[in-house]
Amino acid sequence: MTPLRQSWQVTMRGIRVFMRNPAYLAMTLTQPIIWLLLFGALFKAVIRIPGFHGGSYIDFLTPGIVMMLAVSSAGWTGMGFIEDIHGGVMDRVLVSPVWRGAPNAGTVIYAALMIVVQTALIVLLALALGAHYAGGVGGVLLLILVAALLGAAFASLSNGVAMLARQREALIGAVTLVLLPLTFLSTALMQESLVPGWIRTVAKFNPVNWAVVAGRAAAMQKIDWGLVGSRIGLLVALTLVCAMFATRAFTKYQRSL
Amino acid sequence: MEAAIEAQELTKTYPPAVTALDGLSLSVEAGTIFGLLGPNGAGKSTTVRVLSTLSRADSGSARVAGIDVVADPVRVRHAIGVVGQKHGSDPEATGRENMVLQGEFYGITGRDLSRRVAASLERFGLSDAADRRVRTYSGGMQRRLDIAMGLLHRPQVLFLDEPTTGLDPEARVEMWREIERLAGEELMTILLTTHYLEEADRLASKLAIIDRGHVVVEGAPSQLKSDLNGDTIQIELAEAHDAGARVALERVPEIDRVRLDGRTLRARAHDGGAAIPAVLAALEAHGVKAMSVTLARPSLDEVYLRYAGRAFSQAQTEPEEVAA
Repeated sequence: MTPLRQSWQVTMRGIRVFMRNPAYLAMTLTQPIIWLLLFGALFKAVIRIPGFHGGSYIDFLTPGIVMMLAVSSAGWTGMGFIEDIHGGVMDRVLVSPVWRGAPNAGTVIYAALMIVVQTALIVLLALALGAHYAGGVGGVLLLILVAALLGAAFASLSNGVAMLARQREALIGAVTLVLLPLTFLSTALMQESLVPGWIRTVAKFNPVNWAVVAGRAAAMQKIDWGLVGSRIGLLVALTLVCAMFATRAFTKYQRSL
Repeated sequence: MEAAIEAQELTKTYPPAVTALDGLSLSVEAGTIFGLLGPNGAGKSTTVRVLSTLSRADSGSARVAGIDVVADPVRVRHAIGVVGQKHGSDPEATGRENMVLQGEFYGITGRDLSRRVAASLERFGLSDAADRRVRTYSGGMQRRLDIAMGLLHRPQVLFLDEPTTGLDPEARVEMWREIERLAGEELMTILLTTHYLEEADRLASKLAIIDRGHVVVEGAPSQLKSDLNGDTIQIELAEAHDAGARVALERVPEIDRVRLDGRTLRARAHDGGAAIPAVLAALEAHGVKAMSVTLARPSLDEVYLRYAGRAFSQAQTEPEEVAA
């Protein structure tokens, strides 16, 4: 009970800062909007490639952009820890009897909530651009849930990297380094049967691809629960592994004090 | 009376080979202010980190409020308050929000928490600013908030790590009054680290001078000063390194120690005032020209010089502070 409560307090700290400056949300959405519009225009003709099935490219693209957004949004989570380390907040938290998992859990929950809001807005924008989801509201909610789960994993990862590196530049570098390869080595922008064989192989191990596949399947009229369930399972496992990594990084930070 | 803080032979080395603590032992009586004095890098902050469970010593043992810091860190954390060198508050949150979050971390919740927070903000003169973001606070206000946060859960032992560093003189004096009040009215045990001699002198009933990771001397400030036994006569010479001056003074029976640093000659005498005529006569007899003579009652600076083997101001300028 106390761990949950304390984690939620950490989440609320983020939410309060966000509420004071809601314009921040618009900033975080600029990039995904550009991706959606640019990739949407650039690859519009993709649907004419023989073997591409499905409706419009925007239908196909939206789950990909949503997952890209989840990764980049979650990637910055560790920035808060770096600020806290430099400002003395982290030390004050660590000398208190707070549950040691609360800082990570609280910021991960915050990141996931932000992703829910962000992806919901991107999906609405895609609908305005003419996308449609045969899976209906339930399908969209599932898509958003998968994005939040992917984001939770990357938020923990970001926190862990932040605790180890303790420098903004390192985290910015890590996020930039990871985002595009993870997107391009997946089926975010291109149908699986049309990507080179080696990318198809790599994509099998790419968490972004798990999320894209699950998100896309969720938008179908008839949801392939086996596919969605297995990918969600993989993402849950990844989230736990990343949370363990963040905890280890925490311990390592404290040892270095 | 039982010791509120007891440290025995603490050692800690930071990789690759920076020795921060080198067999540090100290004992702080409950209800007193204990000053830990030393230059940057002497091991003051590392001592606080180890005693406050933030960091672990490589060897040695420590008990705070009777609880072993390694065996039961959670109970120690409940019993202590820590005000670090840096502001531990979130600049984007208001003073009240910072306080509430702090309380939650200590398991204080609900109406009890909001009552305590309000009372505490009032007490530290932050009621009017309570719902403003901390980034708009002055340095003195932030420091008061730091202390209010450290005290919210009513700790038995309070660690103040250089509480007045960076404060203007007015805010510093105000902080001193507050610290005195805590020890006086609330019977709290306070471990205070500082590199201001006057701060330690004014606040601490007992202090330890630490240098290079261990305690070089320990005692009440007045005791340490009177142990020096005598006054210091400081003479500014016309010429640097005038060895004749040293020889001249060593022959004066009233003088028991002479030290020459460049143009500054320091001599110790049991009764400095009475020794001055003899000193001046001896200098003149040896043809040494003195520009000025001052008589100093023993200060903590002298204590420091004596026990750490170098002047405090000198030690200050050495490069250091490991793992800031």
